[in-house]
Amino acid sequence: MSGKVIQLRTPLGPEVLELHAGDRVELSGLVFTARDEAHLRMQKEGIPFDPKGAVIYHCGPVIQDKRVIAAGPTTSARMNELSGFLFEKGVRGLIGKGGMGATVREQLKGRGVNFAFTGGCAALASSHMTLMDVFFEDLGMAEAVWAIELDRLPLVVGIDAHGNDIFDAARDHADAAFRSYPGKPPHGR
Amino acid sequence: MQTPDPSRIRTALADATFRAYREAAVRLPVDVLKVIGNAARAETNPVARGEFSNILQNIRAAGELGVPMCQDTGVPVIYLTIPPDVPLTQDLYDAVADGVRRATKEVPLRPNVVDPLTRHNSGDNTGEGMPAIHVKPGEQFTVTVLPKGAGAENMSRIAMLLPSQVDQIEKFVVETMYLAGSRPCPPVIIGVGIGGTFDGAAALAKEALLEPVDEMTAYEEELLAAVNRLGIGPMGLGGDFTALAVKVKTAGCHTASLPVAVNIQCWANRHATVEVKR
Repeated sequence: MSGKVIQLRTPLGPEVLELHAGDRVELSGLVFTARDEAHLRMQKEGIPFDPKGAVIYHCGPVIQDKRVIAAGPTTSARMNELSGFLFEKGVRGLIGKGGMGATVREQLKGRGVNFAFTGGCAALASSHMTLMDVFFEDLGMAEAVWAIELDRLPLVVGIDAHGNDIFDAARDHADAAFRSYPGKPPHGR
Repeated sequence: MQTPDPSRIRTALADATFRAYREAAVRLPVDVLKVIGNAARAETNPVARGEFSNILQNIRAAGELGVPMCQDTGVPVIYLTIPPDVPLTQDLYDAVADGVRRATKEVPLRPNVVDPLTRHNSGDNTGEGMPAIHVKPGEQFTVTVLPKGAGAENMSRIAMLLPSQVDQIEKFVVETMYLAGSRPCPPVIIGVGIGGTFDGAAALAKEALLEPVDEMTAYEEELLAAVNRLGIGPMGLGGDFTALAVKVKTAGCHTASLPVAVNIQCWANRHATVEVKR
């Protein structure tokens, strides 16, 4: 990766195909939060916003008086088997933490990327956010879909549109290091 | 020596618990800030350096805005030190719960405490046996709040090793972090309890997180180096710092036992101690 920070604005277009795993990005524009329940609802009832070039943020924020108080990322891997329909409808990016599985890595090929945002950085996130709208509010604060305007949120490309995945590279490193201990391997990862 | 007024003690302890909870949720202890800063300067992986930059900016933003640094404000783990003239009564437990309820409303904290089977949320971060309160005698009357988030707590493990497996402790600690991967929001701080009993080892591992993380024994340094050889790095993106510190606490154990507990804590090793003024 290079030292430069790439500026992007939603809705995203084919420019995301040029990103590489490890690139630093500052993302601006509208994004939509969604966790497990929102994915299930969207699969059943449809996507309540224009999915063309949209970015989904895996996040259950704390909202108070129509403001975003805290909005760090949640574990993206929970959405590993729930995300395919989004890419088919034109979604170009997912933001979350911890990376995603091989299914999503394949689905992203030629379509979009998975951005990583630093876990626990809820106060930093909210300082880059303005709340715009909400869908599926009956799901509760954490599971509703919040439309949030970002102002240069600092992200890194975790999985790119060519199948490169820096989470997977780090896991391979950990595998090799752990194999250096003699004795039985642990019970899967 | 005057006999302290029970109602004053209850109010004072509730107030101290509230203040300690707010401090812990918003600001990190100095020793924790120091190890994060040192690691941020020493990290060589460019992606990991970006993660450290976000973490440092987040800590600053939380302090300036007076808001919790993470939306997972944890469950309340409380350590009370009570001096000889304060009687250990149910009142003390109720006072701490009062402080937790107030903190939930006023900080604010996310209501995280649910019934383990029905999953009903009490809405105020209290419940059966929650807050988890640990009491020990001392000279000063203090309350320590350690808000424990789920991401890291869920990756914690315990093993009853054989007495002949002292040299396997390192492997168990490293294996715990290997299995955890990115999930506990590394870089982590690792509390290790060695010895005691099955339950005692787990309690030691959690107490170890309260020890100063900017000083380590040679054994703790060895464990830290072993964990960092995994290369998981900040948030699982790869890097030199999978962990920032390892702290070990030990206790005597049965000659036929070797309990080892590993309590994982994310970089936000939140805890604060406040003196109870009465």
